[in-house]
Amino acid sequence: MGDIRQPTSDKPPRWSAKLLSWLGHPDTLEEVTGDMLELYRYRLKKAGKRKADWLYLADTIKLLRPFARQKKQIIYSSGNALDLVMIQNYFKIALRNLLKNKGYSAINITGLAVGMAVALLIGLWVFDELSFDKNHENYDKIAKVMQSQNFAGTIQTGDGLPKQLEQELRSKYGSHFKYIAITGGGGEHLLSVGDKKVTQIGRYMGPDIAEMLSLKMLKGTRSGLTDMNSVLLSESAAKATFGDTDPMDKIVKIDNKNAVRVTGVYADLPANSSFAGLAFIAPWKLLEKDLPEWLGWGNNWFDMYVQIGDHSEMDRVSAAIAKAKLDNIDQAESKYEPLIFLQPMRKWNLYSEFKNGVNTGGRISVVWLFGITGLSVLILACINFMNLNTARSEKRAKEIGVRKAVGSAKTQLAVQFLGESLMVVILAFMVSLLIVLVSLPAFNQLVNKQIALPFALPYFWLACIAFILLTGLVAGAYPALYLSSFKPITALKGISLKPKGGQLAGTPRKMLVVLQFTVSVTLIIGTIIVYRQVQHAKNRPIGYSRQQLLSSPLKSDQIIKHFTAFRNDLLNTGAVEEVTATDSPVTNTYVTNGGFTWKGKNPAMTDEFVTLRITHEFGKTVGWKIKDGRDFSREFATDSLGFVLNEAAVKYMGLKNPVGEMIQWGDNEKYKVIGVVKDLVTQSPYEPAKQTIFFLNYKRLNTVNIKIKPSASASTAVAGIQSVFKKYDPENLFQYAFADQEYARKFSDEERIAKLTTLFAVLAVLISCLGLFGLASFVAEQRTKEIGIRKVLGASIAGLWVLLSREFLLLVLISCLIAGPLAWYFMNGWLEKYTYRTEISWWIFAVSVLGAVLVTLVTVSFQAIRAALLNPVTSLRSE
Amino acid sequence: MKRAFLGEFEELVLLTVAILEEDAYGVSVTQELEDKTGRTVGFSTVHSTLQRLEEKGYVSSRMGGATAERGGRRKRFFTVTPFGRKALREVKQVREDLWSALPPAALQLMGS
Repeated sequence: MGDIRQPTSDKPPRWSAKLLSWLGHPDTLEEVTGDMLELYRYRLKKAGKRKADWLYLADTIKLLRPFARQKKQIIYSSGNALDLVMIQNYFKIALRNLLKNKGYSAINITGLAVGMAVALLIGLWVFDELSFDKNHENYDKIAKVMQSQNFAGTIQTGDGLPKQLEQELRSKYGSHFKYIAITGGGGEHLLSVGDKKVTQIGRYMGPDIAEMLSLKMLKGTRSGLTDMNSVLLSESAAKATFGDTDPMDKIVKIDNKNAVRVTGVYADLPANSSFAGLAFIAPWKLLEKDLPEWLGWGNNWFDMYVQIGDHSEMDRVSAAIAKAKLDNIDQAESKYEPLIFLQPMRKWNLYSEFKNGVNTGGRISVVWLFGITGLSVLILACINFMNLNTARSEKRAKEIGVRKAVGSAKTQLAVQFLGESLMVVILAFMVSLLIVLVSLPAFNQLVNKQIALPFALPYFWLACIAFILLTGLVAGAYPALYLSSFKPITALKGISLKPKGGQLAGTPRKMLVVLQFTVSVTLIIGTIIVYRQVQHAKNRPIGYSRQQLLSSPLKSDQIIKHFTAFRNDLLNTGAVEEVTATDSPVTNTYVTNGGFTWKGKNPAMTDEFVTLRITHEFGKTVGWKIKDGRDFSREFATDSLGFVLNEAAVKYMGLKNPVGEMIQWGDNEKYKVIGVVKDLVTQSPYEPAKQTIFFLNYKRLNTVNIKIKPSASASTAVAGIQSVFKKYDPENLFQYAFADQEYARKFSDEERIAKLTTLFAVLAVLISCLGLFGLASFVAEQRTKEIGIRKVLGASIAGLWVLLSREFLLLVLISCLIAGPLAWYFMNGWLEKYTYRTEISWWIFAVSVLGAVLVTLVTVSFQAIRAALLNPVTSLRSE
Repeated sequence: MKRAFLGEFEELVLLTVAILEEDAYGVSVTQELEDKTGRTVGFSTVHSTLQRLEEKGYVSSRMGGATAERGGRRKRFFTVTPFGRKALREVKQVREDLWSALPPAALQLMGS
């Protein structure tokens, strides 16, 4: 065999070899390529290059993966439940069954769909809560600096910090941080461009903030805050102030004070960020220049955000800076034991509450509450499904018997029924998706969010598939196992399927009904208690009159400078009864002060009081109730050094006869107590009133409170008031809020919970009743003959009704017995976080039980009476 | 009782592996089959048959040493397992039984 070929061509075509190495089966690739090469050489010698090439190619193609290892399994015995032909058959049977019993199918699918819709909505809500702030790139590294202080044994935690801390952190602890940004002056500000004025929420912040929040700059750069006279606008704020013109390098005036140049525009921050709605960021230095007196270590006025170094750990940094304030303050102040620590960004939203210096959670408890409720509603829906399916088993017993007799394996039957329930679940899921789509806007309004169905997210679909499979399994497993376990002979005979004892077929089913109603009744009781708690707090006597009371923030000192004339003008409008100015809104007194001394004061006591600077007519404006002594009066010039205390303050100080007592404030000022008033609820309606001191002041005021005459209509009064404001402060926009609306806003969280729990409870009861309705109709149908015989023998309709309803009622009563303590336990825990709370009284349980019984009776009676009214002749004739 | 199921081509491949004893791998089996049957046998067919035989437990395989002529790639050697030998014997037994049951006249009809 002489080799007449070129030695270079003893290799197979390269592309063909490549194809093999790409697409051949990786398990056997090595020996196959080896074998192919060897064989190629052999054939090259024997039959020539063309033939060898051709054979090589043909073999390669046959070896490529779909073809290689193509195992066609030939099945002779069918133990396989997943046979294609059989699946088609199952599908057909399932469809026929669904269509045959339209009523039950409707109950089944509707119940399940509602349950799934609730679970989906809550799932979206929970996901939204859990993903809060996650869109910030440095999510894991950002933290808020917090401070705990010990006030006479109770540790209070807050985010207010002294200004100096920033310098301290930079100089002594700088190695731990990548960015530090101090912020202050947050809230609504007036932005004006020429004649155009808009109010926008903004904040003064250190220049690092832009990098820290990884702002998406549409114009300019993140370094736009370093210049003192610059400002960054959000996209929507830029649009509001400049319209469609380019805002860059244009001048904006903030609060008619600071003219700043726009050095950047950032994309609006997403809705589920802690910084959502921040319309502009002004440089911190601009705020700082006006605040020389706030710069002491004891003034906890500012917020600070930090981003720790890329290789730093949150806990370690937090521990390192613990004494950053304590090291810098004198003996007198160090008794508060200030402790500095970091609150990581991932905890801002859900773990924002501190009790005695310990993080006690926060919104996370609501997330759990809703999560559990949503799951419960879904489980209720699944239980319906199980119960209805097992109840229907009798009708399908013959089919199962035949299948078994012909040779179906148990697993095969189980797969068939699981598949059937999966089909129903998929149908229900489609319906639930529709429900969610329709109800999402209303739901968003209810929970005050902007949730959208994330159709574009592949994870969403994965989650949906998992959700369907899980629900299908949970809902279908029991019926599948139950139905497939029938003995063929008994099933074919159609007897003894009814278990011995109860007529309600089967203890498991009874237990499921009990479980269902336990959840429902628990939810009902919970709903009533939540509702009562909100009402209880709402009806709390607040110590002043909030009707027709209006407050407006002061943006400049023009009004305070001419307060007497301003007040007279307002009174002259004819619609105003009285006017007063204060240094914080009456509905939210946030100023506190210390440094008070009085006779008999326990030296160990801290002396932190809520202080409210007021003008003479405060009492008349808000309508407080004097308990002792008198109100401030212009007739006594000495009242400028007078205090009015609230009852809580008197109690706190331990004064027997408060009126006339002298109180020293700071080093030299002495004040005389001239009166005591009933507690005013000026903060949380769920907390006891704080000890409060009222005193006169005509300088450091920032809120005007106006009482409108009861006879005047609010709209004309507001128009009159606005013109007076314009006269004294033409530069600023007039803004106002009614005290009763402000007060009502304090309940928004609780009312939201109340509304949602009501919704869930109603749905839970509805779903449970749907199930009960289905079950009752089955029981009635099952006992048609028995009822017929009883009727023929002379049973009355009332007697039959009792017969059919009795057992359901018993089950519901058992549920109530379980639900009572369960609900008490949960709700007691929930109420514990409120100091001012409602009692859980016995009638709530009584009403809930009565309600459950009533609903059961109505649901069951319909079927029971219908069965009882049936003509016995027709029901008995059929055999 | 489970009977060995062996296709015609599978039987040929299995026999060839048995004949080649220690030297049965993809190429040698292909060549041997081409020599003995006189027909062109695709390597891919042999390869997948060997795999199928292994799945069924009739042969077992191990990787041999690398050789230069194959571009440094190793060979996979196949040997017949006891179960495979049993299958071969059963097939042979069946054939022999059938042959012996054949009436002499029928044999003559078939020509010699």
